[in-house]
Amino acid sequence: MKLKKKISVLDQHDKFGFWGGKFGGNFVPETLKKPINDLELLFNKLKNNKKFLSERDRYFKNWVGAPTRFIKLSNLTEHVGGAEIWSKVVSDANGGAHKIYNATVHCLLAKKSGKRIICGDTGAGYAGKMLSMAAKKFGLKCKIFMGAKDIERQQPNVKAIKSNGAEIVPVYSGSQTLVDAVSECMRFWVANCDTTAMCVGSTVGPNIFVKICGWSTSQISRELKIQILDEFGNIPKRLKLYNCVGGGSSSFGFWNEFMDYDKKQVEFIGVEAGGSSKSKKHAAPLTYGSKIGILHGAAQYVNQNSEGQIEETESISAGLDYPGVSPLHCFLKDTKRARYTAASDEDALKAFKIVSKYEAIRPSLEPSHAFSVAISEAKKLSKDTIVVVNSCGDAYKDRKILEKKLGVRL
Amino acid sequence: MINSISKAFNSAKKEGRPALLTYTVAGDNTKKNSLKILKAISKYADICELGFPHNTPIADGGQIQTSSYRAIKNGTKIKDVFEIVKDFKSSKFSKPIILMGYFNMILQYGQNKFLNDCKKNKIDGLIVVDLPWPENKKFASKCKKKSISFVQLISPTTSKNRLISIIKDSHNMIYYISMLSTTGGKLKVSPKKILLNYEKIKSINSNKNCVIGFGITEKSISSLKSADGLVVGSAICREITNSLNKRQNPVTKVSKMVKKLKNKIL
Repeated sequence: MKLKKKISVLDQHDKFGFWGGKFGGNFVPETLKKPINDLELLFNKLKNNKKFLSERDRYFKNWVGAPTRFIKLSNLTEHVGGAEIWSKVVSDANGGAHKIYNATVHCLLAKKSGKRIICGDTGAGYAGKMLSMAAKKFGLKCKIFMGAKDIERQQPNVKAIKSNGAEIVPVYSGSQTLVDAVSECMRFWVANCDTTAMCVGSTVGPNIFVKICGWSTSQISRELKIQILDEFGNIPKRLKLYNCVGGGSSSFGFWNEFMDYDKKQVEFIGVEAGGSSKSKKHAAPLTYGSKIGILHGAAQYVNQNSEGQIEETESISAGLDYPGVSPLHCFLKDTKRARYTAASDEDALKAFKIVSKYEAIRPSLEPSHAFSVAISEAKKLSKDTIVVVNSCGDAYKDRKILEKKLGVRL
Repeated sequence: MINSISKAFNSAKKEGRPALLTYTVAGDNTKKNSLKILKAISKYADICELGFPHNTPIADGGQIQTSSYRAIKNGTKIKDVFEIVKDFKSSKFSKPIILMGYFNMILQYGQNKFLNDCKKNKIDGLIVVDLPWPENKKFASKCKKKSISFVQLISPTTSKNRLISIIKDSHNMIYYISMLSTTGGKLKVSPKKILLNYEKIKSINSNKNCVIGFGITEKSISSLKSADGLVVGSAICREITNSLNKRQNPVTKVSKMVKKLKNKIL
């Protein structure tokens, strides 16, 4: 399995939609073949269309608020005492997280296709919040599927979704988290694909959804590359990009523009959710060597039992609480372009505490996983190494959990 | 390919009626009961579809999900599914059996091992919900080598060109999904329109046995009886759930229901 250069990873799949011959694909019911094909045709027509690109860029700039900041975390760097630690503060984006890019593009596509309703899944509530914002902006009716457990633990985002006029459909099946929300959303689409567009909230699902999401979040690394060149004059000799990985949309977007650099120069570190250190359950299929299986229409490394039943996950961060992972990350793992590891619930909480103590940013529990690994590795790295952490979400949505676990009031 | 599935369609045709296909989930509500249900309904059903339950189904509605979760909770594994079929097939009640489920279960079991065990236990056909054409070509030809019918699915969204290719690659049975819906949705299309689409399939190749499924209940079944076969699934699963809720015997309740369904298409 090899990664090609000078061609976007997003386009390195075969005619059946598989990356590396085995990740991704389209394991979908017959009914979805046509709407998926329609979406492929539309996206392929538009993704290089200058008018469409300038329309996207206009919304990204004027509405999403591009570029998001790239800042040095000087106090944290001094405290840790090793590599220089920087952050790409993607939570600056309208709505407070990277999910806005994918939501905006899906709504633009829905408008072009003449659909009036858009449905989507959400775990942490960010994908749902952003989709409801974008749907409102573009005049689409919006339906958000969310696990009952996540509705309970991510109330601020739930309120935001409702105030944007979207309908929230609570999902009570299975573990009542993201995995069930995605299933229910897909089922809804099967029954309503003639009138409704679907937005899968991460780089997961059937091939085209992986591609649209990765294409959208790549805005993050396009900005970052310019910012790094502005700041350092060139791409540093030792650059390390840390990002949390749940479905994998923010990390893919954070890395994509740097794909062709040698990994000795630009290293990618993906941090999965290891769950509570007291529990065996986790949401880290790449780190803990889960087997390849099919989840939500795509082949990927996924937590499952020997029979092929998908296993329940556990993580303090709803956004990472997913048993599978993007086929793109499976591909990056097997081609050894990226390195994957996990941080526990406790590690993430500790990292949040440190970062918010020393710096004026407050990463949500998802990027706190990435900060945890970045901080512990930065200690051992040379001073000329540049560590960048994607702070892809704001902690406001986690205030209930943070108050309970750390006694912190946001 | 002539196997017992073709024979079942032929004998229904001789009687001037569509074949009646039932769908139940293996292990619902217990392993023992699901076998008893199969035996009880075999008197009226021509072909029995048996689901091997998956916990992340992307095309099933609430009724079948409930049955599947119940079966998984009761510990139903693939080997139990095979055991149920083996027992059923060796009994005097035996009818053609089509296993139905999601591809990940087959993948984890091992495709060849799965097909060998299907053959060994006299399974006649397979429906894999999330393995559409052309992705299913390889697996379908593996099935054919073992004389197991791989049932292709066709939906109202299937384009004309696709339709021709799918029918060309199909074995002796095709499953037409009546409407845009997960299993068990309310029939939101008129029977007339469903039959119009059905006729399109038949006009391409009238030799293929084509069944209609999704949303068929006691109320709607007679209006579709010009088809080669009709599948009732969610309505049966709902009957099992209802009988459990009312502390009634699901075996007798389901058997009565299937008898009624049969009477409506005679």
